[in-house]
Amino acid sequence: MSQEVLQQPEIPAWDNDGSSRIPFWAYTNETVYQRELQRIFYGRHWSFVGLEAELPNPGDFKRTQVGERSIILARNEDSSVTAVENICAHRGAQFCRERSGNVKEFLCPYHQWTYGLNGDLKGVPFRRGLKKDGEVRGGMPADFNPAEHNLTKLKVAVRNGVIFACFDHEVEPLEDYLGPEIIPYFDRLFNGRKLTILGHHRQHIPGNWKLMQENIKDPYHVGLLHTWFLMFGLIRGDQKSRVVMDAHGRHNAMASTREAAEPNKGAISAGISSFKEGMALQDERIIDIKKEEWWNGPTVVMLTLFPNLIVQQQSNSMSVRQICPRDCGSFDFVWTHFGFEEDDADMTQRRLRQANMFGPAGYVSADDGEVLEFCQESFHQVRQMTGHEAIAEQGGRDWSESKHTITENAIRGMYAYWRKLMEI
Amino acid sequence: MADFQALFEATAFNAEYAACLDEGRLEEWPSFFTEDGVYRIQARENFDRKLPLSILWLEGRGMLTDRIYAVRETLYHDPYYQRHILSAPRVIADEGDLLRVEANYLVVRTKRDQFSQISSAGRYIDTLQRTGDGLRIKSRLCVFDSELIRNSIIYPL
Repeated sequence: MSQEVLQQPEIPAWDNDGSSRIPFWAYTNETVYQRELQRIFYGRHWSFVGLEAELPNPGDFKRTQVGERSIILARNEDSSVTAVENICAHRGAQFCRERSGNVKEFLCPYHQWTYGLNGDLKGVPFRRGLKKDGEVRGGMPADFNPAEHNLTKLKVAVRNGVIFACFDHEVEPLEDYLGPEIIPYFDRLFNGRKLTILGHHRQHIPGNWKLMQENIKDPYHVGLLHTWFLMFGLIRGDQKSRVVMDAHGRHNAMASTREAAEPNKGAISAGISSFKEGMALQDERIIDIKKEEWWNGPTVVMLTLFPNLIVQQQSNSMSVRQICPRDCGSFDFVWTHFGFEEDDADMTQRRLRQANMFGPAGYVSADDGEVLEFCQESFHQVRQMTGHEAIAEQGGRDWSESKHTITENAIRGMYAYWRKLMEI
Repeated sequence: MADFQALFEATAFNAEYAACLDEGRLEEWPSFFTEDGVYRIQARENFDRKLPLSILWLEGRGMLTDRIYAVRETLYHDPYYQRHILSAPRVIADEGDLLRVEANYLVVRTKRDQFSQISSAGRYIDTLQRTGDGLRIKSRLCVFDSELIRNSIIYPL
């Protein structure tokens, strides 16, 4: 019988100095992907895992992911939030099967090992054996120390109701991780107000996880692919906008302000085939937008937080979108739409109506998933070849701040960081 | 027999509805609804937990017509065929003007050059109105079991 050794593919050379030309293999190479999981998702980066509003009461839990790994978030008796890996310390069973619920402790069904909500091992059946007829049957060795067999605990940080977790406890504080350029945009939306969960979408997109970050980091496409944005002025190249990044280039904020009664003609629509002369809605309630005081200017702010979170405020619709990689070529995209506890019925209805624009069927979202699939198909077809590269040079080759949305600067920012971190 | 009558009406109506979508006659789709008819697609996860978010929530023929315009003109997507497999309706109540019925559905999607796949499995929760022109949908809520949506939902279910 021959021994088969699984060879990891080599990582080809990135044959330019910058971050504006991305080789197709960055989306398909299995060695690259495994390094991403280790250095990004399981390394010193904060992953978004949930909202506090999803865990209002002690005992509430929610199963989710960091990278590909299953984790459980829980609200403890002292009201703190903890995160543990969903792997029993005994035989490795992934014991938590429900997506959410309320429990007193975690129980692995296989041998009934029990854990506190914070992951401390509480009970091992027959740890000291079974006494019967004057003898002791079984029992763990005398030096078996339960304290050494807790569930794997993640470091958790909560900022204004948003929960992040990291396997590496040496990770920098969340505030430093987000950085002073991004925090004002984060706090604009999440300022401590209580959130109301409106519901979830779960979408499977057959594309590499980075494509989703790039899609939101790229406001160049929004007025082109998404006719609605152009026609109704929700994001347009001629609006007052700002695209900023943190000092590393990994996170980004795109803010733009809708201007009233903009003409639909002129340079913004010239030569754009997705522009529909005379397009009008029969029912405009989906784009009936009511200004909210806290916006403080911008009518849309999209945040991309590396590696796995998109935060959306577009008009009255808000969501957090979690990127859960499944494998090198696909990810699950989990949307949680929310409002604020102080919303009246009219505002809630408005948020829900505008939600028609987003998600897997949304007027400005469904086609994002479609085109990401088209890209990944190409990457896959030439996966054994080098020489193909994606171009991200709209607005230049560097990744400095932009005052408009005709740019791909934030994609370049992310790859500048990625290349350094990945040593590629 | 009233039950048989309702069952027959709803069955025939759903057969026409499915044929309309499966044949790609999308422009006719709003005419299956009353003027104020509501169409929703919602994940079972949200439905069971009484969370209101829907994949689509369209109120009235105007929004339904706008959806078809978007599908035709503005929503870029991979072309595909749809095939509805509907169960016999379950008549919950026949209230004269209104019929409350449910039916299970499987919607099979076939993209160009690819094998057919189930794109959505769920049930219609319907309020159908008897009109002079036959039944019309006052409310159709498509609650789908399918936990993960295969990328997108473009055409109505």
